[in-house]
Amino acid sequence: MQHGKYRFIVGFLALPLGLYALFVVWPFIQSIYYSFTDWTGLSPEFKMVGFDNYSRMLDDDIFWKSLQHSLLFALLLPVVTIGLALFFAFMINVGGRKRKNGPVITGVRGSSFYKIVYFFPQVLSIAIVALLFAFAYNPDSGALNSLLRGIGLDDVQPLWLGDPDLALWAVMAVLVWSTVGFFVVLFSAGMASIPAEMYEAALLDGANRVTTFFRVTLPLLWDTVQSGWVYMGILALGAESFAVVQIMTTGPGGPDYSTTVMVLYVYQKAFRDGQAAYATTIGVALLVVTLAFAAVVMRLGRRERLEY
Amino acid sequence: MGSTSAENHGTEGVGRRDLIKRSAALGLISVPTMSFLSACASSGGDSGDKAKAGKKTAKNPLAVNDTAGMEFVLFDGGFGKEYAEDAVKIYEKNFPKASVKFSATQKIQSTLQPRFNQGTPPDLIDNSGAEQMDMGVLVGKNQLTDLTPLLDAPSYDDPNKKVRDTLRPGIVEMGQFDGEKVWILYYAYTVYGVWYSQKALDSLDEQYPETWDQMLAVCAKAKKKGMAGWTYAGKYPYYLPFSLYPMIGKVGGREVLDAIDNLEPNAWKHPAVKACFEAYYELYKKGYVLKGTPGLDHIQSQTAWAEGKALFIPNGSWVENESANVIPEDFDLAVAAPTGIDSSDKMPFGTIWASGGEPFIVPAKAKNAAGGMEQLRIMLSEASSKNFTGKVKSLTAYNGGTDGIALTPGLKSGVAALDKAGENVVNPRMQDWYVQLQKEKIGVSGLGEMMAGRLTPAEAVKKIQGFADETAKDDSIKHYKHQ
Repeated sequence: MQHGKYRFIVGFLALPLGLYALFVVWPFIQSIYYSFTDWTGLSPEFKMVGFDNYSRMLDDDIFWKSLQHSLLFALLLPVVTIGLALFFAFMINVGGRKRKNGPVITGVRGSSFYKIVYFFPQVLSIAIVALLFAFAYNPDSGALNSLLRGIGLDDVQPLWLGDPDLALWAVMAVLVWSTVGFFVVLFSAGMASIPAEMYEAALLDGANRVTTFFRVTLPLLWDTVQSGWVYMGILALGAESFAVVQIMTTGPGGPDYSTTVMVLYVYQKAFRDGQAAYATTIGVALLVVTLAFAAVVMRLGRRERLEY
Repeated sequence: MGSTSAENHGTEGVGRRDLIKRSAALGLISVPTMSFLSACASSGGDSGDKAKAGKKTAKNPLAVNDTAGMEFVLFDGGFGKEYAEDAVKIYEKNFPKASVKFSATQKIQSTLQPRFNQGTPPDLIDNSGAEQMDMGVLVGKNQLTDLTPLLDAPSYDDPNKKVRDTLRPGIVEMGQFDGEKVWILYYAYTVYGVWYSQKALDSLDEQYPETWDQMLAVCAKAKKKGMAGWTYAGKYPYYLPFSLYPMIGKVGGREVLDAIDNLEPNAWKHPAVKACFEAYYELYKKGYVLKGTPGLDHIQSQTAWAEGKALFIPNGSWVENESANVIPEDFDLAVAAPTGIDSSDKMPFGTIWASGGEPFIVPAKAKNAAGGMEQLRIMLSEASSKNFTGKVKSLTAYNGGTDGIALTPGLKSGVAALDKAGENVVNPRMQDWYVQLQKEKIGVSGLGEMMAGRLTPAEAVKKIQGFADETAKDDSIKHYKHQ
């Protein structure tokens, strides 16, 4: 009986698991294997070199800089993006003033319009967003400095991406701008499924908007926030951060290594310098960082599930 | 090769046993695909079946097998693909029985890297563009054919002249890495220097400056008229060397540039380097660099320059084509060799950096290497060279080929600058030998920081020397020396 059931389950899982093993697990195994070789990526010959790549990585200043920036991305971007998205979603769905003859719980005036506006960046590909902002940050004729000039701040003309102290923040701002809309929509959907009676009860008890948010909305939305957190962290460590840094920044990765991130370094080592094995080594480090991030978020965020 | 495949079978075996144990169905899917994948990523054997040599005749000095197929992959970039298609037509006419497969792509690396890994590359490649495969690695791993037979073959137009003797200065040397063998043939010929509008200079009532004092005077005059003296691709400061390196060569002599390329200890501490760095830094200090330049990319800086916001820009001869849509009709584009310090400079004014672009390679594992070389020989004929220059406004490696075709202002000025330079053409190799060192270390972190005013020349020299020493010590990078 037990055996038959096992076979039944395997029959269903074989195809998806096979695909997963082939396209996800196997490439991981392969890259870990290559990180112990001296493969260039340009010829089929290579030999095993043991832990050479790893000891080299630990001595590599650029690697540490990129790790530092990636960690900053993974820690800061989710806090800012999800914080902003929660605020916007709350205002759109719950935060409005009570209007005559309207429902008790409602968003601010024009909330349906805002919802669309916030989502707008999401329909643009990240490459286009990065290009648009590269133009906006142009110190000579870009939108930002023109605006500053327009309001009479002729002396405040930052170099934006050309300034090592500003560049990383400028890049982060773009990522926040382009991803916040998605989370607004995600959280809006979550908030819509919270029963209105709960809010009404809170209102009757005299709760203000801040209390309502922290005592009602956030606890009931916790699962969504948590998965959004992991998703945003992975996004900040992976493809999205690569695209903006590669397209927008000096060098790319500069000025003076002030914006380099791990994914960019993997790309440069593999496809510019012909050191594919070393690139996979950095890739393994990135894998470790990503897994650790997901584990920490899951662990810290573990809470009792509320049923409603 | 042997060891490679053995290792691959090893991992494959472990993975297979492991998975079969867990689920038979899963194993059924993954086993065949896994061996397929590992074949894809890094194994693959010698192709073995190379084309037999044909008959060597006066018309066919490379002994091309006239029935063997020939495959040519071109980088489809700023020069387009028409010039190569025209050359392929000549090959097809000369070898009517051969089937030629021509393709053009911007994705050189994505298309060809797997084929190198499988040992089945095409016969001729234009390895150029953003997806260029690292030449040092290709040479180091013996993936390329020595082009010496091509260079020693009689040229297409004149059987008494070797191909080698029809080329512009520096082309053969650039194809060498360590030793006599020539791995790469650069087909286009690029003139680097200081680009400006003759009209703008005339409006200031000035000549192109030959000494740095004159340069500062011209910039001061321009500033009075509300025009910056210089701008450059601030986001990619490795454009600065296009005028800075030949200036170092002019001030201190060729040996200084050779020492830099050879990564010799203290090469950057030479007084000529310091003098040139200080000269450039003065442009920043005196406010002669267009405001906001460190935040501009190459297109943005070229646009600002074409709009007349700045007088000079360090660049290469492609700028005429690249910025054609923003350069005004009456701009009167011109290029000059870099301004030196004063009359005590080691080399005369006119010393310029010119070198090959569009690197063509014949892979070592090509089936019809002779065919690939013959195709190159055709392209190096006077007629093909003229066709290229006329179509894409760039010179070729063929020395000459500009008579009888209408030259654009920039091209004409480039030819004049080369004539003036004569033997005094320098060819720093940093950008093709040590890409990372040249671009992000010297360029972005050294020169870029200095020109943005965040490093003094002395600090920049020290930092760059540190980077060079680091690269010299790094044994994961192949090192080269000037012959």
